[in-house]
Amino acid sequence: MSTQADQKIPELDFNTPALKRHRKVRALKDRSATVGIAIGGSSVILAVLLICFYLLYEVAPLFSGASIEPKEAYTLPSEESGKSLYLTTEEQMEVGFRVAENGDMIFFNVADGSVIKKVQNPLGNPTAFAVESDTSDLMAFGYADGRTLVVKQEYKITYPDGTRLITPSIVYPYGDEGVQAADFPIRMMSVRNSDSRMTVAVVGDSSAQVVRLDKDVNFITEEVELSETKASIPFVDDTYALLISGDQRYLYVADRSGAMNEFDLRDIDNVTLKDQIDLVKDDAQLVSMRYLVGKSSVMVADSSGRVSQWFNVRDDNNVEHLTFIRDVQQPVGLVTMAMEHRRKGFATLDERGVVAIFNATSSRQVIDEKLTDETGRLISFSPRANGLLLEDGSGLHFFDVDNEHPEVSWSSIWGKVWYEGYQEPTYTWQSSAANNDFEPKYSLMPLAFGTIKAAFYAMLMAVPLAICGAIYTAYFMAPALRRKVKPVIELMEALPTVILGFLAGLFFAPFLEENLAAAFSILVVLPVGILLFAFLWSRLPASIRWMVPEGWQPLLLIPVVVLLGWFCVAMSPVIELSFFDGNIRGYITNDLGITFDQRNALVVGFAMGFAVIPTIFSITEDAIFSVPKALTQGSLALGATYWQTMTRVVLPTASPGIFSAVMIGMGRAVGETMIVLMATGNTPIMDFNIFEGMRTLAANLAVEVPESEVGSSHYRILFLAAFVLFIFTFVVNTIAETVRQHLRKKYGSL
Amino acid sequence: MKMKKQTVSQWVKSGDPWVWLNAGAVAISVIMVLGLLTLIAVRGLGHFWPADIAQGTYSLPGSAPYTLVAERVETTEVPAAQLREAGINVADHHDLMQRTLMKTGNRDVYGSDFRWILDEYFTDVTKPEMLFAAERHEWGNLYGYLKAVKEDGQVVESTEDLTPTASALATWAVFEKSIERATKIYDAIHEVEKDEIGAINHKLERLRLEQRRLELNDALTPQKQADLDAKRAEQDALYQGLQQRLIDLYAQINRDTFVVQVMDGSIHELQVAKVVRAYRPNAMGIPQKIGFYGAKVWEFLSAEPREANTEGGVFPAIFGTVMMVLLMTVLVTPFGVVAAVYLREYAKQGVVTRTIRIAVNNLAGVPSIVYGVFGLGFFIYFMGSGIDQAFFPEALPSPTFGTGGLMWASVTLALLTVPVVIVATEEGLSRIPRNVREGSLALGATKAETLWRVVLPMASPAIMTGVILAVARAAGEVAPLMLVGVVKLAPSLPLDGNYPYIHLDQKFMHLGFHIYDVGFQSPNVEAARPLVYATALLLVIVIALLNLSAVTIRNHLREKYKSLEM
Repeated sequence: MSTQADQKIPELDFNTPALKRHRKVRALKDRSATVGIAIGGSSVILAVLLICFYLLYEVAPLFSGASIEPKEAYTLPSEESGKSLYLTTEEQMEVGFRVAENGDMIFFNVADGSVIKKVQNPLGNPTAFAVESDTSDLMAFGYADGRTLVVKQEYKITYPDGTRLITPSIVYPYGDEGVQAADFPIRMMSVRNSDSRMTVAVVGDSSAQVVRLDKDVNFITEEVELSETKASIPFVDDTYALLISGDQRYLYVADRSGAMNEFDLRDIDNVTLKDQIDLVKDDAQLVSMRYLVGKSSVMVADSSGRVSQWFNVRDDNNVEHLTFIRDVQQPVGLVTMAMEHRRKGFATLDERGVVAIFNATSSRQVIDEKLTDETGRLISFSPRANGLLLEDGSGLHFFDVDNEHPEVSWSSIWGKVWYEGYQEPTYTWQSSAANNDFEPKYSLMPLAFGTIKAAFYAMLMAVPLAICGAIYTAYFMAPALRRKVKPVIELMEALPTVILGFLAGLFFAPFLEENLAAAFSILVVLPVGILLFAFLWSRLPASIRWMVPEGWQPLLLIPVVVLLGWFCVAMSPVIELSFFDGNIRGYITNDLGITFDQRNALVVGFAMGFAVIPTIFSITEDAIFSVPKALTQGSLALGATYWQTMTRVVLPTASPGIFSAVMIGMGRAVGETMIVLMATGNTPIMDFNIFEGMRTLAANLAVEVPESEVGSSHYRILFLAAFVLFIFTFVVNTIAETVRQHLRKKYGSL
Repeated sequence: MKMKKQTVSQWVKSGDPWVWLNAGAVAISVIMVLGLLTLIAVRGLGHFWPADIAQGTYSLPGSAPYTLVAERVETTEVPAAQLREAGINVADHHDLMQRTLMKTGNRDVYGSDFRWILDEYFTDVTKPEMLFAAERHEWGNLYGYLKAVKEDGQVVESTEDLTPTASALATWAVFEKSIERATKIYDAIHEVEKDEIGAINHKLERLRLEQRRLELNDALTPQKQADLDAKRAEQDALYQGLQQRLIDLYAQINRDTFVVQVMDGSIHELQVAKVVRAYRPNAMGIPQKIGFYGAKVWEFLSAEPREANTEGGVFPAIFGTVMMVLLMTVLVTPFGVVAAVYLREYAKQGVVTRTIRIAVNNLAGVPSIVYGVFGLGFFIYFMGSGIDQAFFPEALPSPTFGTGGLMWASVTLALLTVPVVIVATEEGLSRIPRNVREGSLALGATKAETLWRVVLPMASPAIMTGVILAVARAAGEVAPLMLVGVVKLAPSLPLDGNYPYIHLDQKFMHLGFHIYDVGFQSPNVEAARPLVYATALLLVIVIALLNLSAVTIRNHLREKYKSLEM
C-alpha cells in the first residue's frame, strides 16, 4: 500500500462541483433532520402533555359562573290587559305566554313582543289564579262566584315548507264552564294535578275549602270520569300563600308573617292540622312560597332577602315533617322568585332590581346582576333555563342566560349534601335515574373513598409480601435462584389485569365465600408454619441441612407453603362447622351484623395486591441490591449478623427507594380499573367494611363515561374524576421519582 | 452455626426466623404466579376435552327421583348445615357433602343448562355408549339418544335401541352424514349472506353516500343521478339473484330432521341444520378424543363466536387485537423514537429537559382509564366530529370517525404506550459511549448521518425492547378500549375485500374485552366460563410470547453490538 502511495499521490480535490454539491446536500439533510426531529420530538412531547390540559379544559366550565345577556325589551304585549300574573315561554323560546290581571291569556312573540294570539277569559275577570307547575302548563282561575276553571297551554309544532312553526292554543281539559268549588268569592287558590286526581284549595274572605277530583278512566270509552269531593278546612286569618304538596297529601297555608299551618289532606272528610311551622326568621315577612321542580322542596322567599329550602324528612317513627334544609341570603328584600323547569335551580328578584340565580342542591349562587332600574314585578325562566323574562313597570325584558352547570360546586362534590328525600346530609353518588325530576347527586367522596379503600386493602396484601420478598431476593438469595425468580415475578407484571379481574370475580370470589375460614386461618397458619418449619430445619443434622445451600430456602418452602395452603382450605369446612355452626357467612351477617357481599374488598385487595406486588417488588429489589457492598461488608466485619446488617444498615439506606416503590405501587392500585370493575359490586358506598364492595373513581369512569351526554355536568364531573386520578398518580409518581433520583445521587457519592 | 445446637432464643436472636419469613414471602409470590398460570392453563385447556356423559338416577330426599344425563363440571364440598338451611333435607349424620355442578344441556327443554347435585344421591351411574352430545347453533348443547333421522319428514333410518346395536349405529352413521351435508350448506349460506350480500350492501351504502355528497355539493346532475341509479339497479339485480340462491339453500338445509330422546324420556324432533357437530364421547377412545380436542382448539382459534359469544371461536377478537396492536406499533415507534432522539440528542440539556423527562416518565404511571377518557373526549368527540364535518358530511348524522373505532383505539393506546418507548429509547441512547459518536463526527459525518448510521443501530435493542413492551402492554389493556371503540360483537372484520379494505372507522373485537364481556355481561355465565378461561389462556400466551421475544431480541441485538460497548 505504502509503495503505491509513494508512486502516485492522487490529486485530491475536495472542491469539485460534484463534491461540493454532495456536501451541500448532506448539510441540507443534516439541517432538515435537525428541524424535523426538533419539530417531531417536541410535538410528541406536547401531545403527551396535552392530556393534562385537555382534561382541565373539559373540567373548567363546571366552575365558571353563569352569564345573563340582555336580548330584547318591549312594552307589555297587550298592555291594556294589565300586569301579568304569570309569565313563561315554550320550549324553543319563540312564543311567550302571559296571564294578565283581567284574565286574558296572551301568546306573544318573544323576539319582538308582538301579540300572536290573545284568548279572553271565558268566565270574565278572575279573582284568583294559580299555576299547577311550570312543567305541566296547567293553570287555574278562581272567580267571585266561587267557580274555578282549569286551563292549559298547548303548542303544536309543524314544519310547513321546512321551517318550524309553533301554533299556541289554550285548552280547557275539564270544560270551559268551570267547576263550582266554593260558594264564596275566591280570593286565593292552589291547584295540584296528577294522573289519578286533582286537588284544588280555595280561600275566600273568611272560609277555605278543598275540592278533590278523583279521575277514573272508563276502560271501555276511555273517557275520564270525575268524582268530586269537597271539604271545608279551618280558615287561617290573613292567608297569604297556599300550596298543595306534590303527592296531594298536605296543604300548606301561610300568613304574611310566615306562620305556616300544615293540613293533612289524606282523609279529605277529616282534614286535620298536622304541624305549625314558622317559615321566616324574626320579623321578616313572607314574600313567596313555591315548589322547586319535582315538587318536594318548598322554597320560601322573605322580605329580608332570605330564601329557605324545606322538604319532608321522615323521623324515626316514619312520620314526615317539613324540615328546614338550607338557605341563601340576598342583602335586600325579595320581590319574587322563579323556578327552573328541569333542574333544581331558582332565581330571585330583589327590591334593587337584582336578579340572582341559585342552585338548591349545590346551594351555589351562580350569578347576580342588576337587570332593571325600576321595581321588578315578575321573573320567569324558559323551559330550558336558557332564557329569562322580567316584567317591570316599563314592560318586558328578555335575557339570554348561559348557566350550564349550576348543580356543581366544590362543596357539593366533596362535602355532605342534604338531598331531597334523604334523612340527613350524605355523601352520595347517583348520577342518573329514570325520572325527569331527579336530583343528580354528584358527590365524588364515595368514589374517592372507594378508591382509597381498594388501594388500602391491596397495599395491605402487597406491601409485606413484596418488600419481604424483595429483601430476601436482593440480599439473601443465591444468585442462580435470583436469576430465575426475578423473571417469574416480573411476568406477574405483564399479566393483563382483565385476567386478574376475571379470576378474582369468577373464581376467587366464590372460592373465598366458600372457604372464608381458610382465608383468615391462612394468615395465622402460614407464618407460624413457616417459622415452625424453619426451627425444625435448624434442628436437623448438619449433613441434611447442607444439602440445601444458603439462599435456596424458598425452594424448600414452596412445598411447605403449598401444603399449609391446602391444609387451610381442607380445614375450612371443619373450622366453619366447629366455630360457626357450618355457616360463617350467616355468622358474619347475623351475629356480627356486617353486610357480606360475594365480591368484596377482600377479593379486590387480593387481586389488586397481586397486580401491584411485581411493581413494588422490582423497585424495592433494585433499591436494596444497589446498596453499596462496602456498607454491608463493613457491618458484617464489625460482627453484626446478616439480619442485623439488613435491618440496621441496608434497610435504612434503601428506605427512600422502598418508599418510592410503595408510592408507585399505590399509584398503580389507585388507577387500576378492570380488577375493581370485575371483582366488586361497584356500589358507591362509604363503608370500610372488608366484606363489602366499593366503586372506585377509575371503575366509575369505565362504567359511566360511555353513557354520559357530551358537555353535560355529569360528563364534566367524570372528566374531573379523571383529572383527579391523573393529578394524584402524577404527583405520587413525581415524588417517588424525585426520591429515587435523590437516592441514586447519594449512592453515587458512597 | 455448625458447632453446637442453638437454643431457641439463640435461634431467634440470630435473625434466622426473619430471613425464613422473607424467604416465605418469595415462596408465596412464586406460588401465586405459578398457581395462577396453572389454573388458567388447566381450565382453559380442559374446556376442549370431550368429557364423558354420565347417566344415573338422582333421588334427592323429599323430591321425586329422576334420570339425570349430564357432564360433570366441578365438585365442591359444602357443610350440610348450609344445605339444611336452604331447605334440602339431608341425612343427619352428614357434616360435609360433595356437591357437583352438572351440565345437563338441553336449555330449550329444561330452561337451564346446569344444575347442582349432591353426589351422595346420584346413583346407578353409567356411561352408555350411544349417548350423544350435539353442539348447536343456538340453545347450547343437546344430550340424548338418537332415535331416528328423517328426510322431508320421511324416516330414513330409525332405532329403538339405547345400546350400540347395528340399527343404532346405522342411524348414527346416517345422522353424521346428514350433519356433514347440512354443515356444507350452512357454510354456503353463510358465505352468501355475509360475504356476497355484505359486499352488495357495502356498495349500495357507498352509492347512497355518493349521492348524498353530490346533493350536498349541489353537483347532482341528472347525468350523475342516472349513473348512480344504473349502478344501484345493477347491485339490486345481483342481490335478487343471491336472494333466490339463498331461498334454495334454505330449502335444502331444512330438509333433514332427527328425533332424539332426552333424559326425562321425552322425544323431540329437531332440525339437523341446527347442529354444529355431534359426537358420542363415551364411545370415543383416547386417540379420537385427542383428534376431537385438536378440532375444537382449531375451531376456537379460527371460528366466529356463536350464541352471544359463549360458544364457538374467538377469531374476530384475535384479529381485532392484532390489527389494533399493529396499527398502534406503526404509530408509536416512529413518534416515540423521534421524541427520545430529540430529548437526548438535540434538545439543550437543562432543567426543562429534565422536567420533561420526569413528566414523560410519570405519564407511564397514569391510569390507563384516564387515557381512555382523554381519547373519548379529545379524539372522538373533538377531533372525530371535526373530521366528520369536514370529510364525511354525507354520512351525518351517523358518525364516521365521531364514534369509537379501530383508529381512535390505536391512537389512544399509542399515546398510552409512547412514554414506554421514549423511556426505553432514551436509556438506550444514553448508554452509547461518547467516543463512538465522536469518532463518527471526526470522520466527517454530519450529526444526522451519525445518528442514522451509528447511534440508532446501536440503540436498536433498546428501541425494540421499548416497542415490544409497549405492544405487550397494549395487548393486555382493556379499560381505555371500552371507551374508544371495542364492542362485544363486531358485524365484520376491520379488514375485508370491500373498498377501502381497511376500515379504520369500524368498531372491533378484542381478546381482553371479550374476557370481560363474556365473563361478566353474558346471560349464561356458567356456560361461558370455560371459554373465558380459554381466552384468558390465549391472551396470557400472546403476552408472555411478546415479553419473551422482547428479551430475546434485546439479547440478540446486544450481542450484535457488544464489541462496540465499552
